[in-house]
Amino acid sequence: MAFRDEWLRARAVAWKDLMAERRSKAGFNSVAALGVTILVLFGFALGPDAEAIRAAAPGALWLAALFAGVLAFNRSYQVELDGGALEPLLMYPGARRSIFAGKLLANFVFVFLLLVIVIAVSLVLFHITVPSTWPRLLLVVLLGEVGLVTLGTFYAAMASRSRAREVLLPLLLFPMLVPVLLAAMQATKALLVGDVMHDAGAWTNLLVAYDVIFLISTFLAFDYVIEA
Amino acid sequence: MTAAAAFTLEVPNPGRWPIFGWFAVLFLAGAQITAFAISPPDRDMGDLQKILYVHVPTAWNMGICYLLVAIYSFRFLWKRDDRDDLIAASAAEVGTLLNGLTLVLGMIWARPTWGVWWVWDARLTSTLIMFLVFAGYLALRAFVEEPDRRALWSAVAGIMGAINYPIVYMSVRWWRTIHQVQSTPSTLDPTYTFSLRLNAVAVLFILIYFIRRRYEAALTERVAEQVSQAAALGGPLNA
Repeated sequence: MAFRDEWLRARAVAWKDLMAERRSKAGFNSVAALGVTILVLFGFALGPDAEAIRAAAPGALWLAALFAGVLAFNRSYQVELDGGALEPLLMYPGARRSIFAGKLLANFVFVFLLLVIVIAVSLVLFHITVPSTWPRLLLVVLLGEVGLVTLGTFYAAMASRSRAREVLLPLLLFPMLVPVLLAAMQATKALLVGDVMHDAGAWTNLLVAYDVIFLISTFLAFDYVIEA
Repeated sequence: MTAAAAFTLEVPNPGRWPIFGWFAVLFLAGAQITAFAISPPDRDMGDLQKILYVHVPTAWNMGICYLLVAIYSFRFLWKRDDRDDLIAASAAEVGTLLNGLTLVLGMIWARPTWGVWWVWDARLTSTLIMFLVFAGYLALRAFVEEPDRRALWSAVAGIMGAINYPIVYMSVRWWRTIHQVQSTPSTLDPTYTFSLRLNAVAVLFILIYFIRRRYEAALTERVAEQVSQAAALGGPLNA
């Protein structure tokens, strides 16, 4: 019963965040546009050579998702902080972790939609052909996104309530995300060429391990972060 | 929350710690001279090998610092004693310093040995990532002014950083080994081992001294914060 209550609370928080986002759309539109801009800039950096662009596509894709996602994470608390709504939200009965779960869920949907756009654009810009192993690729994208969103939502709870949040969030978040980005990029790269070396499986396992470890530790630590 | 208990903090007395500081510096100088005197030049590296007597001890002691950060961060979350937070912060500062030194000294050694300043090997890369993680930790402390919040958040960030280290190491290792196998010969002459350990102890003394003095400074700052807070609230100035 308790679990069901927490789920309902988390869903309510997520729904509230997504509804606010859907009604303004300003956040998503600008973040998606930024993601596409970053892809275009990567295209310039990697030069007009089609082969070089295709080889670097997995890295460019994940970095575009990362840079654009960072804006989303800070936003997810900023709207509430600006409206003075975070304190009342914390005063509702029930565990604080359901608030975290709700934010996580909303950010997951947000970044997923962002990824859909970023991937679609990079398919065109970087001449990627969808491989036959695309269900596994989708799994890698989702696992990578879980890692990204978990730590992003967690650190944004601190950064967005500090001075200099624009600097602090990337500074805290990016080094922590190295394993998940590395694993996601390598798995994506391997699957795009048909996993000839059979190394995508190892990277996917690493992604799963990373996601599990950081989901558990952020859920345990969130109470401390939000209480102060 | 912790304000009532925290007001019992007192400005620390340096006591005999400055004398210990001089001892630590002299001990380090002596350890370096000993290492230079007793260990023969390496067959391949020659006297270049001597840089290991600062590089390896700083690397080991950096590990000790980060372990201290994790331990005292946990202790803070458990006991909510401000002093644990300040010890963790001091250890993080000294750890970041040693981390930077380790990287720079390693590069100075790598350039003539490997011919490049940097290779993307698991140990080097994870050391660099650790430096960045703790640079973030120190930035977090600098950008959060409210003491209770700063203490809680940095404890959490310190623990998360420590959890991340083995995962970073593993991931970079896999990333590398998929492309090329790393060779690390580590067979050492006894005089090398002795000199390394002697210098590790010397750096450990420096580390203890640094953390202690940094902790004194942090505690003094914390007391000053409390006094000014109490004054702003019109309370007693008895700290």
